[in-house]
Parts: sequence; structure tokens; C-alpha cells
Amino acid sequence: METNDIMAKQKNLDQLQKTPTGIRGLDEIANGGLPKGRTALVCGNAGCGKTILAMEFIARGALDFGEPGVFIAFEETPEELEKNFLSLGFDLKKLVARKMIAVDYVYIERSEIEETGSYDLDGLFIRLEHAIDSVGAKRVVLDTLEVLFAGLSDAAILRAELRRLFRWLKQKGVTAIVTGERGQGMLTRYGLEEYVADCVILLDLRVQEQIATRRLRVVKYRGSKHGADEYPFLIDEHGLSILPLSSLSLNHQASSKRISAGNARLDRMLDGKGYFRGSTVLVSGTAGAGKSSLAAAFVLSACQRGERALYFAFEESPAQIMRNMNSIGLDLEPMVRKGLLKFQAARPSLHGLEMHLVTMHKAVDEFQPAVVVLDPISNLVAVATVTEGKSMLTRLIDFLKCDGITALFTDLIHGGAPLETTNEEISSLIDTWISLRDMEVNGERNRGLQIIKSRGMAHSNQIREFLLTRKGIDLLDVYLGPAGVLTGSARVAQEAEEKAETLVQQQQRVRKQHEWRRKRLSLERQMAELRAQSEMEAEEERQIGAQDEALAKTFARNRNALANLRGTDQFVSRNGKGRK
Amino acid sequence: MIKSTKPKNPFAILDNAQKKKGKEKYLLRLYISGITPRSTTAIERVKRICEERLAGRYDLEVVDIYQQPLLAKSEQIIAAPTLLKKLPLPLRRIIGDMSNEDRVVLGLDLQPLQ
Repeated sequence: METNDIMAKQKNLDQLQKTPTGIRGLDEIANGGLPKGRTALVCGNAGCGKTILAMEFIARGALDFGEPGVFIAFEETPEELEKNFLSLGFDLKKLVARKMIAVDYVYIERSEIEETGSYDLDGLFIRLEHAIDSVGAKRVVLDTLEVLFAGLSDAAILRAELRRLFRWLKQKGVTAIVTGERGQGMLTRYGLEEYVADCVILLDLRVQEQIATRRLRVVKYRGSKHGADEYPFLIDEHGLSILPLSSLSLNHQASSKRISAGNARLDRMLDGKGYFRGSTVLVSGTAGAGKSSLAAAFVLSACQRGERALYFAFEESPAQIMRNMNSIGLDLEPMVRKGLLKFQAARPSLHGLEMHLVTMHKAVDEFQPAVVVLDPISNLVAVATVTEGKSMLTRLIDFLKCDGITALFTDLIHGGAPLETTNEEISSLIDTWISLRDMEVNGERNRGLQIIKSRGMAHSNQIREFLLTRKGIDLLDVYLGPAGVLTGSARVAQEAEEKAETLVQQQQRVRKQHEWRRKRLSLERQMAELRAQSEMEAEEERQIGAQDEALAKTFARNRNALANLRGTDQFVSRNGKGRK
Repeated sequence: MIKSTKPKNPFAILDNAQKKKGKEKYLLRLYISGITPRSTTAIERVKRICEERLAGRYDLEVVDIYQQPLLAKSEQIIAAPTLLKKLPLPLRRIIGDMSNEDRVVLGLDLQPLQ
């Protein structure tokens, strides 16, 4: 038990302490940041973002982590440096005035210099130390030391002095970044990597198919685990954004909440409730099948619920989308004004696929939408190979799922291709797949909608006719005729025919009803006659009976009278008993 | 010394500059980092060269950059020792322990001794 404790403590002590850079994504890749109190080398070709990375390290350190920094610029004048910082949104002048950053610009002009024997770089050391002490710096950037090699010719002295410099920086306990230009067959032109043993970051700017993509790779990080892949990154007005996209795994939460698909009828087809929140929906279809309209309806319904929606448009400008959607009664503009809907339109060829991913990632992070639309992915992925496209979309889907964002992709299928394939081969990644298709019958083209799959719900297997009306999207039942499904005017014709048929049936029924009533009436009449007759007979019978009785009474009275007359009592007593 | 023989010389300005040569005042600063053997050697050598070649028309100041780091910044000193020729222009930085005297002389824009 005790040994375990000791070992754990030892482990903690051994673990490398990190200085977070504050650069989006870099700290994740470097597992916390740069090695604290050590020097890291950032190398790469001209224009790949070394200086920007270094600047952001210093500025974020000062602003976000309360660690003052020193920026030693060998290449840029103070004015240029100020402008560069400003381009990332940092006011260098203010930071310097507040003693958060110290800047020194080292100017070396070869033509001014005459070397006369041995020397050291104490001038540089003293200036560096003064800068560090003046702000109490914890971070140092030297951008780029290689200028020394261009300005001074004695390589032996330089190398010795650089070794001393790196040792000295370590002693000072500052976390430093030195930058270096990429060399032929080496990481840096003058072999700076020889001196930096702890952390080497390589930046790269590659042009593929005329599209440039910046990438970052942690070549070496002693004593720390780190992402080893190449990560695309982006430089914009907020600095660098690096996305550790391939590190995502399949452990996102699965919501059982539902979200409307933007049309009541479509919701009914989807188990009556719509899509799952956080699921990925693919709307595929041929040109003009109504993919964008379906996407717009989905977005509009989200906005009407007060949710934020982000619409990535790769084919049309936002204004054009809004105009077009207005024509089918989907008014998106108020949602844009309210800030609920944001369009991000870019040509797919604007930058590489990885770059698009980074941009989208960033936009999603900033806007925090509940719903995201990509319209269309087919166009976006067209700039790269199928494998690249699939990999990119996989990572995008993973990322959106992790954030619980419901995504809708539209995908253009080219005529002739089977409906159950997508160009991007991503169908397996999709939760709900809606296929829109054109049905060309009787010289007209009509839209049909069907759900190819929808994971985790009982969805309709019916094909519906998909109508774009002035009042929005409408889904109608299709008629099955002898020639297959009937849509459009064929459906209308069928409807008319059915209407006529019902009319005939109705008339027949009415006629029959009349007949039946007549029959019933005549029967009832007959029955009344018979009843009357029977009543008559009954009356007759009653009258005859009464007569008989009266007769019998009269007869009895007469007999009694006769008997009285005769003086007998025989009848009287007998009759008298019966009467009592 | 080059003498001009032609009265109408198209390169008069250049000749004037050449005439002036050897008469300008020298403003020199020697930046050292502490009193190290290398510093003292450099001081001695610079002083000797100045006395030999610039007697009476030079102004030499020795600065220890450890004492005045801000000066090191403003004067763009990176190496030590550095002999800064501030005047006459152009500005020159002669770095090292001044062991290569020819180069020091070259840096000071003086004619090498025959």
C-alpha cells in the first residue's frame, strides 16, 4: 500500500509540467501545452504561421494566464510587429504599456558588421535578461534566431553561444518558443533542432489541387504523450485554430428527444415525431428535387422554436437562398435578423477540405447552433478524393454528434445513379436518410419523397408526393395506378375519376333508397288495410257475442218469469248461486 | 592622398569627399560585457589603433552593457565586444576582440598601412 503511494507520488513529480498556450486546439494535441520552463522549437517554411503562433503564445499568456512575456523579433520592425499583433486582435502597445509584454527588436545588418576575432552574444543575453526582468516574464519568444546565422559568419561561436542561450533560458525557468525556417532535409536550415530536445512543432503549408492547407504536427515531445498526426489549422482574425479532429471517438450521447423535420406530414412519416435530436439526416436527390427547400423548412422550424441554426451554403449566396425560399413561403430573413439563423457561404474551392472542416468547426463553436445544415455535401467533397471526403465527413458528423447538434446534409445525386448510393459513400454514417426523386411520367416531372432509412424509429415505408407550394412544403399520398405510382396531373386525373365514380355510386344509392321507401310504404299501406279489416271482423265478433248474451239474458229472464209463474224454485236457487 | 589635376572635374563631389578623408572626427563607442580578459584586450587594442591612426580626432567611450542594458537595446548591440563607429557615417559595428587588426582598420574605413 505504502509503496503504491510512493510510486504514485513519484509519478506526479515526474510528470512534465505544462504551460498552456491558449491556442485553440494546440493544448489538446500537446496534452496540456508546452513543456514548462523549457524551450520549444516551432519550425516550418516561410509563411506557414510560425510568427503568428509565437505571437499568440505570448499574447494569450499575458491576457488569459497572467503570465507576462517577452517577444524578441529578429525579422520585424516594432511597427510591423504591432500591426501583426493587431491583426490577431491584440493591442501590443497597450500590453507593453501595462507591462504585460516586453518587446525587443534585434536588428542585424550584415553589411554593417566587421568580425575581428572572438566574441560572444552577451549583448543579446543582456537585452533578453533585461526584457525578462522588466516584466517578470514567464514566456519568451525568439523569432527567429536564424537571422543570427545570416548576420554573423562565425558558425562555431554562434553554435556555442546558442547552446549557452538555451541552457540559460532553462535556468531562467521561462517557457520559450524559438522559431526556425525549414531546411533542406532538416527541420531547420541551421539545425536549431540540435539544441532543442524537448518539444519540436512542425508547421507546414501544402498546396494540393491549387488549394493551400496549413498543417501542424508535433514532431517530438519528450516526456509527454501528444497527438502524432498532422492537424490542419486555420489563421484568422482570432489567431490560430487547430482541430484535433481525428481524436474523436464513438461515445457521444444519444438523445431520445425529437425535433420536427419542418413539416407536419413528414413528422408523421417519421413515427409521428420527426428526427432524433442530435442525429444526422441526409437528404439526397437529383437536381431540382427540392433538397434545399426541405433543408430550409427544417431550419425555419428550428428557428421558430427559438433555436439557433447554422446554414453552410456551398452553392448559393445567402441572399439567393432567402429569395428562393421566400417563393415557397419560407421566410428566413426575419430569423437572420433575430440572430437565430446564420448563413456561412463559401465556395468549396475556397480552401481545402480540411480547412473547410476547421472553418465549420470554428463557426459551430462560436455560434453554438442546435441545428446545422450543409448544402450540399456533394459539392463540398468534390474538391477532394472520395476517401478524403468520407474521412472529413466522418469527423464532422462525430463532432456534431458530440455536441448534440442535429445535422442535415443535402446530397446531389447525378441522374442515372442508383438512388441508394451517395457519391460520398457516407450512407452508413447517416441516421435518417430521405430520398427525394423526380418521377417522370406522362410528360411531366414530379417530386417524390421516401424515407430510405431512419434508425431507431418506426418510419413510414410509403412514397409521398412532395409539393413545393407558395405556402411551403406539402406531402401528399401518391396513387398507385396500373403504371406505378401516380403523381402530378396523373394523380389529379385519378382523383377526378374517383370523384366521378363516387358520384355515380351515390346517385345509385339514392335511387335505391327511393325504391325501398316506396316498397316499404306500399307494404305499410297493405298492412294498415289488413289491420283495419281484422279490426272490423273483431268488432263484428264482439257485437255478435253481445247480442248472444243479451239474448241469453232475455231468455233466462223470461224463463225465470215463467218459472215464477209456474211456482217452481228449482231454477231460481241454482241460478241465484251462480250469479253471486 | 589623391590630387586632382584637371580643373573641371565631373567627380568634384567625390574628390571633395576624398580630400576630407583623414580630417573627420571619429565618434566611437566600445561596448563590453564586464571586465573579462577579452574585454580588456579589446579596449587596449582599440585604444592603440586610435592613437596610431586617429590621434587628436577621435572620441572613444567604453560602455559596459551589464551596467547599461537599455543602451544595448537602443544601440542594437548583440555581440560583445562591439566597437560602434557612429561617426563618420556609415555606421559600422566591429565585433570581436579586435585581434584581426586589418579588419578593424577596414571597419573604421581607414587606409591600411603600407
